[in-house]
Amino acid sequence: MDYFLTEEQQMIVDVARQITDEKIIPQRAELDEKEEFATDILNEISQADLFGLYIPEEYGGFGGGCFEVVLALEQFGRGCVAIATSFAASALGAYPVLLSGSEEMKQKYLPDVASGRRKAAFALTEANAGSDASAIQTTAVLDGDEWVLNGTKQWITNAGEAQIYSVVALTDKNKGARGASMFVVEDTDPGFSCGPKEKKMGIRASATCELIFKDCRIPKDRLIGRQGMGFITVMKTLDLSRPGIAILGVGLGQAALDEAVTYAKQRVQFGKPIISFQAIQHMLADMAIEVEASRSLVYAAARHIAAHPKDMSKASSMCKVFATDMAMKVTTDAVQVLGGYGYMRDYPVEKMMRDAKILQIYEGTNQIQRNVIGQELNKEYTK
Amino acid sequence: MNIIVCIKQVPDAKDVRLDPKTNTMAREGVESIMNPFDRHALEEAVRLKEQHGGKVTVISMGPPQAEAVLREAVSCGADEAVLVSDRAFAGADTWATTYTLGKAIEKVGEFDLVICGKQAIDGDTAQVGPGLARRLDIPYVSYVRKITDFLNGAVRLHRLMDDGYDEIEMPLPGLLTVVKEINDPRIPSLKGKMKAKKLVIQTFSAEDIEADPKQIGLSGSTTQVVKVFAPQFKGERAMLEGTVDEQVEQLLEKIEPIL
Repeated sequence: MDYFLTEEQQMIVDVARQITDEKIIPQRAELDEKEEFATDILNEISQADLFGLYIPEEYGGFGGGCFEVVLALEQFGRGCVAIATSFAASALGAYPVLLSGSEEMKQKYLPDVASGRRKAAFALTEANAGSDASAIQTTAVLDGDEWVLNGTKQWITNAGEAQIYSVVALTDKNKGARGASMFVVEDTDPGFSCGPKEKKMGIRASATCELIFKDCRIPKDRLIGRQGMGFITVMKTLDLSRPGIAILGVGLGQAALDEAVTYAKQRVQFGKPIISFQAIQHMLADMAIEVEASRSLVYAAARHIAAHPKDMSKASSMCKVFATDMAMKVTTDAVQVLGGYGYMRDYPVEKMMRDAKILQIYEGTNQIQRNVIGQELNKEYTK
Repeated sequence: MNIIVCIKQVPDAKDVRLDPKTNTMAREGVESIMNPFDRHALEEAVRLKEQHGGKVTVISMGPPQAEAVLREAVSCGADEAVLVSDRAFAGADTWATTYTLGKAIEKVGEFDLVICGKQAIDGDTAQVGPGLARRLDIPYVSYVRKITDFLNGAVRLHRLMDDGYDEIEMPLPGLLTVVKEINDPRIPSLKGKMKAKKLVIQTFSAEDIEADPKQIGLSGSTTQVVKVFAPQFKGERAMLEGTVDEQVEQLLEKIEPIL
């Protein structure tokens, strides 16, 4: 379907598509098998100027927004969700600085993120604080001109690969969610280290580790925004980033559909290509409908978010739930269409199915997203 | 350093068909691409510019549609683009092409290095690079797989050979033709694409480059294509039967006359 992209937006799609087809797809199986971070491919993406899509021009970026990032991520998601996640996580790590950082902070960090010279990461989750993010235990205490951080973050995407970390820590334990603040921690800061790489079911070419803060001392001016505003920045960041996860579902669903249709046309059983059987046709038709419906919703949500920065939550959560639940279903169906071959690692759909699962979990589980939508509905109908 | 890269627009090799009646290449519906070896030539030029400074000018001789590959080259890092295009150039063989490109490069001006792909995938002659060096009266090295150093107006490089490689030093200005092993060409960048979209491409006609009409196009060509045809497939297939030993015997009987 034609989504009437501008000429510039079409260029973003073309560049991202070429990287996906020529660099990502030929290497994805090997990177997944070896659980290897795709450094070269990410360098290629930075050389193509895509790391700065959402960063204003005054900080060396392209000056686009949520929708431009979505267009690039759709292509990367079609190629490999692990590599796309590494790319998206850098944006997630930079959004707090962009949304709440001081002018000096923006000038210090955003140009490097835009050029891809330094990658960013976002650190909220802890062992006892997942869906209940307010249960975090990492603390930051002001000591003279420095903040001293202590605690451990868990399952942090890009950990060990990023140089800039946006970290949420409690600056006042007695105030609950209002006692949280955000900080920029650099990989070279004293007292900061990363744990071993986690072994995951899917997105195995992405880096996921613990971050350990042991009397980690950072300058006072690394506080992002104001003290106690940490969770407000977190919520805005996630509202802005979730369409990026949603579109990974669309790209992945499209890739699974492409594989399923291609296979169904060539696989002959009972003397006919299996695409001639209605049982298969209907499965493929449903997959195509769901992928396109998801794409429409994500595009609409991303455009809405770009135009209405104060009214992001519901649109953001709705597209995330819909498109990622779709991705799980469509990739599972793609494996079914390919049958025994689909279950083998020789074909790409088994990786797609493994990769799909994380989309329903990270950046807020789909259950939490439904809570958000429910709460927004409650508010809307109370007015 | 000023580098000139010669690029050619060619039909996508994945899609080449001959018209069975006319025996000419079917052009309709066939996508045109930048000659793959030229992508490596361009990439090497852009990398040299990034390391040593200077400017990369891409030049292509062809019909007006060849502008597309020039814009692609700019999106991949070239600074300027020249299209050498005139109806009078039509039908040129490699002899007339090197003359034309040579005149065009003289008009572009001073340069340190000309880089070409080792050959185009349509004509496959590998003559234009070396021929062009002769026209420009500069040294050349073909099949370059690595540039190792620049020093005192010379370039050191590796030339790919069947049994290894030669290490060669060539004075500048000079010309290189490169093989695909030399680098991994980059994907166009977003900023490059935006620049390419806006760029005004200079077009040189026969008159602009002060070409001698007798030396260009079909009349300037020393060779002419008399006939193009698809070779007949003459392979035969035979199934051998019996025990393994019997099959080996039969096979030997068949291949002995050829050995």
